[in-house]
Amino acid sequence: MTNGNGLVQDPTVLGVIVGGSLSQGLDVRLTGEGVVEDAKVGTFVTVLAERHKYFGIITDLSLESADGRLASSIPHAAPAMSEVLAGTGAFALAKVTPMLMTGIGEDEPQPARSLPAHFAPVHRASNDDVATIFGEEDATHIYIGSPMDMEDTRVCLNLEELVKRSNGVFGKSGSGKSFLTRILLTAIAQRGLATHLIFDMHSEYGWQTTAEGGYAAKGLRQILQSGVSVFALDPESARRRGLTPDVDVRIGLDEIEPEDIAILASTLNISEAGVNACYTLADKYGRRWISDFLALDADGMVQLAADGEHSGALGALRRKLRDLERIGFIQEQAQSGGGAVRQVLEHLTSGRHVVMEFGRYGDDQSAYVLVANLITRRIHAEYRKRTEEAEASGTTQPKPLVITIEEAHRFLSPGIAEQTIFGTIAREMRKYRVTLLVVDQRPSGIDEEVLSQVGTRITCQLDNERDVDAVLRGAPGSRELKGVLSRLESQQQALLFGHALRMPVVVRTRDYQEFAAEMSLPGWGKAPTSPADKADLFG
Amino acid sequence: MLLGSRSATIRAWLSALVNQSLAGRFGEVVEASVEQLIGQCHQLYEAPPLGALVRAGDGVFGVVSGIVTSALDPSRRVIARGQDAASEAEVYAAHPQLERLLRTDVTITTVGHCEAGGPVRQYLPAQPPRIHTFLYQTTPEEVRWFFGGGSTPSLDFVPLLVGWGGAADDVLAAVLRHAAPAFNPPREFLIEAGKAVAVALAGDTARINAIVRRLPLAEGRP
Repeated sequence: MTNGNGLVQDPTVLGVIVGGSLSQGLDVRLTGEGVVEDAKVGTFVTVLAERHKYFGIITDLSLESADGRLASSIPHAAPAMSEVLAGTGAFALAKVTPMLMTGIGEDEPQPARSLPAHFAPVHRASNDDVATIFGEEDATHIYIGSPMDMEDTRVCLNLEELVKRSNGVFGKSGSGKSFLTRILLTAIAQRGLATHLIFDMHSEYGWQTTAEGGYAAKGLRQILQSGVSVFALDPESARRRGLTPDVDVRIGLDEIEPEDIAILASTLNISEAGVNACYTLADKYGRRWISDFLALDADGMVQLAADGEHSGALGALRRKLRDLERIGFIQEQAQSGGGAVRQVLEHLTSGRHVVMEFGRYGDDQSAYVLVANLITRRIHAEYRKRTEEAEASGTTQPKPLVITIEEAHRFLSPGIAEQTIFGTIAREMRKYRVTLLVVDQRPSGIDEEVLSQVGTRITCQLDNERDVDAVLRGAPGSRELKGVLSRLESQQQALLFGHALRMPVVVRTRDYQEFAAEMSLPGWGKAPTSPADKADLFG
Repeated sequence: MLLGSRSATIRAWLSALVNQSLAGRFGEVVEASVEQLIGQCHQLYEAPPLGALVRAGDGVFGVVSGIVTSALDPSRRVIARGQDAASEAEVYAAHPQLERLLRTDVTITTVGHCEAGGPVRQYLPAQPPRIHTFLYQTTPEEVRWFFGGGSTPSLDFVPLLVGWGGAADDVLAAVLRHAAPAFNPPREFLIEAGKAVAVALAGDTARINAIVRRLPLAEGRP
């Protein structure tokens, strides 16, 4: 059927192609009844041309008029002019960025490298279209949400591809990034695709927390049960919440290396001379360099200064190290059995996921940066060793490790990223089977080079324009996506793009309660392996 | 008896045929081109109104785009006769020959045609109608048929009128005003027609506005 203008009328048709380019996007004249207010930025659309089907998203909308004098003449117009001109002299255009294409009758999408011809009809995407692009839920795909205005359709994320790169979940506070992160963490763990090490700054991943809606949201431990070990740096906080952590973590001063202090230089306000002194001290005193340094009497300090160190810098360093010493979980010597790092490694090696809860230290930036960096450095070195050994001997490589860090800009800001292990992991990617899941509300604070290595970016609403620019930097079609990202709703909506997705998509993220309930069903996910798992699942 | 009955039937049939062919007939073609016809009305002052859809014979449709009453003999100019008359009617009563010395002509702009039994084509015919082809006013059924007969009117003829010189916008508005009562509801027809005009005028807001103002749409959005 056609309307008076000869344009195709079909409820799923939004409009027809009237111009555009591959680089700037396609101009779509909106033709459907009432479609002007229905078409939204971020809507997933398809263009059915003669030999190809194109997939894209609406990235901008504009109101146009055939006559430039419309604005000046409309105040003097006849009352019915608005009806007469609607859709004729005055009309709406949508900008559609083509992302993928398939041959008609084929299923394998490729990046869009050609254009549909003029007048090709543009449709809202159907369930089948979404399944063609994002796959269906299976052993490696997880249902993450629904495209805008398609509540019954499932967008799936390829987790196998996801864990091959470092990834980012961004969004301002309260936008739902923690729940999204939990969904990802749980799904990756359930499917046995990687082992997690989570630096849980605000104690929200391990155990149940209260969501903004007032309901209790299950933590990883409740869903994955004995598959998750909770390490608490602040066991009192855990016990106050009525929980029993698996391990009370104590960090020995002898576990801290000069590199760990170097990272903290800006946080603790240690000068460059102070940092250099750390290396000298470590050379001089060995593993117990901090304890020995702090134990020095006045003569010892004079002696050190005589050896060439700057006495002012030494004094300042001592004061800062004393601050560190006073942190509750720091003790003089490492825990027996190789210390905290060894314990974390043992749990990871046995296939358990480790949640490192910070309790009240979550607000202490230096404590968080120190622990996260200290543990990750050792673990990365261990994985590196194991991977190289496995390569040399041809044995099975260690299971991939995903390290989740919050407030990532504290480790990955320009200048620091060069020094921290997280910068190295982000750059080396999967070579040593360790990747990052970066959770942050200030992506603009993250080093550009590191951000460019983030494979898949999941972005909830961001207020700051600099953050929006930072998240999109280097992404294909970033200029067009900017309009989409800056118009996300404040909750439960996210823009997903990057390595694990064939094309960017805006989704209403799935309900966490429903997800947690589904994941908690006995027998869901991979088969239990240890007797403890079996006991948990089957009683 | 039988013969009488038959002749009565034939008479009735003949009279119906004559009535049918007379119904709506108002004049005949006296000058013809493909785009435009001049028709002379059979009765002085009995021209269809401006914008009325008319038919020349069975094949050509046009709209009245001009009406002229003048002396039958162009070389003899009409003179004023009513100086002593009390009314205009008295002038005509005193000079009965006037009815024979004056004529009313209509200018008809061609807007479509149809071939025997075929649908209406809203574009110019291959040939103009012959001189003396009778001219008819159209019935509401014919108006609907001309506009395509469907739920959405066909308005392909609009560019033919838009491009026509003179008081084209007034004529076009008059055509739509006359056609609207044949549709239910007329307002919907007028809005659809207005959109066709807007497309034909490529968004020329001032002209579209002038035409829309001439349409009975003042009541606004229902």
